[in-house]
Amino acid sequence: MADQSQHKAVQTTGHAWDGDLQEFNNPLPRWWLWTFYATVVFAIVYWILYPAWPVGKTFTKGLATTTFVDADGKEVTTHWNTRAEFIRDMQSGEEALKQKAYLEKVAGASYEEILNDPDMMAFTQSLAKVLFADNCAACHGLGGTPAEVGNFPNLRDDAWLWGGSIERIEQTIRKGRLGYMPSFGKVLSDEDIEALANYVLSLSGHDVDKGLMARGDSLFHSEQAGCYYCHTNSGKGLYSQGSANLTDQVWTVADVNGAPTLAEKIERVKSVIRNGVQRRMPAWEGRLSDEEIKLLTVYVHGLGGGQ
Amino acid sequence: MAESGDTQLYAPRQAIFPRSVKGRFRRLKWGVLALAYGVYFLLPWLRWERESGPDQAVLFDLVGRKFYIFDLVVYPQDIFWLAGLLMIFAYLLFFVTGIAGRVFCGYFCFQTLWTDVFLFIERLIQGERPARIRLSKQPMNAEKAVKLGLTHLLWLLVAFLTGLTFVLYWGNAPQLVAEFFTGQAPFAAYATTVFLTATTYVMAGIAREQVCTYMCPYARFQSVMFDRDTLIVSYDRARGEGSAGRAKLGRDLKTREQRQAAGVGDCIDCGYCVQVCPTGIDIRNGLQIQCISCALCIDACDTIMDSLGWERGLVGYSSQRVEDGGKRARLLRPKVLGYAAVLLVAVGLLVWSVGNQAPYDLAVSQVRQPLFTRLSDGRIENAYQLKVNNKTGHALGLTFSIEGLPDAELDMGRFRHIVLRPEQRLRLSARIKARPKVLDGRTYPVTIVATPDAGSGLPPVRHATVFYVPKG
Repeated sequence: MADQSQHKAVQTTGHAWDGDLQEFNNPLPRWWLWTFYATVVFAIVYWILYPAWPVGKTFTKGLATTTFVDADGKEVTTHWNTRAEFIRDMQSGEEALKQKAYLEKVAGASYEEILNDPDMMAFTQSLAKVLFADNCAACHGLGGTPAEVGNFPNLRDDAWLWGGSIERIEQTIRKGRLGYMPSFGKVLSDEDIEALANYVLSLSGHDVDKGLMARGDSLFHSEQAGCYYCHTNSGKGLYSQGSANLTDQVWTVADVNGAPTLAEKIERVKSVIRNGVQRRMPAWEGRLSDEEIKLLTVYVHGLGGGQ
Repeated sequence: MAESGDTQLYAPRQAIFPRSVKGRFRRLKWGVLALAYGVYFLLPWLRWERESGPDQAVLFDLVGRKFYIFDLVVYPQDIFWLAGLLMIFAYLLFFVTGIAGRVFCGYFCFQTLWTDVFLFIERLIQGERPARIRLSKQPMNAEKAVKLGLTHLLWLLVAFLTGLTFVLYWGNAPQLVAEFFTGQAPFAAYATTVFLTATTYVMAGIAREQVCTYMCPYARFQSVMFDRDTLIVSYDRARGEGSAGRAKLGRDLKTREQRQAAGVGDCIDCGYCVQVCPTGIDIRNGLQIQCISCALCIDACDTIMDSLGWERGLVGYSSQRVEDGGKRARLLRPKVLGYAAVLLVAVGLLVWSVGNQAPYDLAVSQVRQPLFTRLSDGRIENAYQLKVNNKTGHALGLTFSIEGLPDAELDMGRFRHIVLRPEQRLRLSARIKARPKVLDGRTYPVTIVATPDAGSGLPPVRHATVFYVPKG
């Protein structure tokens, strides 16, 4: 290390404590002092431009501003803040404009063109996922499967009450749907309902009592119960009525698959026959734009594999 | 002891006017400088043929999220290569510094290289050290204004070229230069150029050794890697000082014999080694924190010894062990061997990883909301999100299939077979439908396979995932 004897002696600050305790002086470079003053100047400029000092219940707002468009379409100019910057970025930032341009392309394309184009599909999926979460997930669940079977149809499975074609899905979203099945609790005896429930479960391959099944069969196709009006002779249902297909394994009102025993399954079907069904999907036309409905149509079509 | 009256808590920078020197280390350093400048300034202009993508050999495309480095294309998911590279640089620094001291500072650091160039310009315009000292002391007049102005102008020019060249690595160089001078380049290009012009001008022109002494963390932590065997630039005190100290070549002290008889050492106190030092220290005072191991003092002293006809090495590379009377520095010591081993492993892993970059890749994530769906025919369906990434420079046709789940069906809608454009990334939805024997609430392994079209010569890529069966 440096041989101090050849240098001038080590400088001290000149202070002395307790008689002989002294402090070495290693002078800081002068420019270092100037950089400190520069940070002070920077801070003052920052105070002038940006929100800085609390003053009572408010604060100094600074001269810098951010302009964005609020929910009513009015242009708003506020003091600079990251929240407004974020809104502005989402409205007119570089990426937002790119997204808008691509959305116009998708909006101008036919359903067939979108379904055949992997790029437009990927774009639709990611944009519609947000729309679905905002507007549809409250009932149908975030992934398209409701929390429980009963009130809202599962959009993930391949059973479509109102049809799974693009046209019918769009109609469902636009105009809404009214799912209705009359209650038979006062019309039919408990034994009749028991027989009908057994027949209905036999349609989807459940091993039920043969006698009750036969009686249910004739009731199903009789004018007294009239089930076949909507569910058709074969029990496969009608898209025009939104009547369920009773022959498949998907249950949208009675949670048959979730019942542990056959007796419980029968009970659950009986409950639906006795009480009927009243379900309503609101119309989204007017609430959502045409482009948004288009994106959601493709998205829902994709959720269940489509038809 | 200083009086409190003249105690300076802040020291102004002492201007340093390094004298030029010729010698083997100076030649080596000019060589390193020429190589570094050649690579840095010319690389953005090197064109390169690719199947797709830009025709620039090295291009960091931030917008497209791709780095083009000759025939290698680096994607964001290759970020760990950067981690590997930084680790290699770190270990290389430890390794080299352990053996030979601050080699990086003295020979390769851009602060040293750019300062060298700025000093060269300064000498070109203002002359050798005495002329520059005289110029700095004389009052401002036309001569001083012209010389200083010209120096700073040339410094700014080099600084500007440095900043502009850096920007060229992030865009198509010829196009970017044309845009730059017609006011059409992106704001970031101007901002970066102005910033780097300013920092280059300030650091290499004005701050110089202050950067190494006060700002640079590497300069400080390299000292920690020194040990007794590390090579250091040092002054042979025993030879230089003799028993009666150093002395100039005076009357009766001209020859070595005369000097030795008088007990005077070989150092003729010419001060050349101090004059050439870019950090303004006297190497004869021993190893100092300011020393960047540039070795110019060795060249200076060798020049003097040569002219006197005495042997070289009064100032030279040495080590603490040698200075303490030991023999030559040990090279094979545990620290050096350890760093070498780690370095080899890291380089090996990086080369292997880069060499085995997949031409395209497939990532699969299972949809977890919902975990499964019961279909109308009683089968169970699981959904998946697929991400495919074509890293090749040509169109790539892929067909998807599954393995490992008997009687299962893969449904990808209309995209069971897709054709990816060159360097295209794409997200796809997939669903697997199966009829489990028992509903047992367990997961079963399944593999999704992407098979390139026949004739592409590429192997299929597999991605393992699971199929969830609900409890019945």
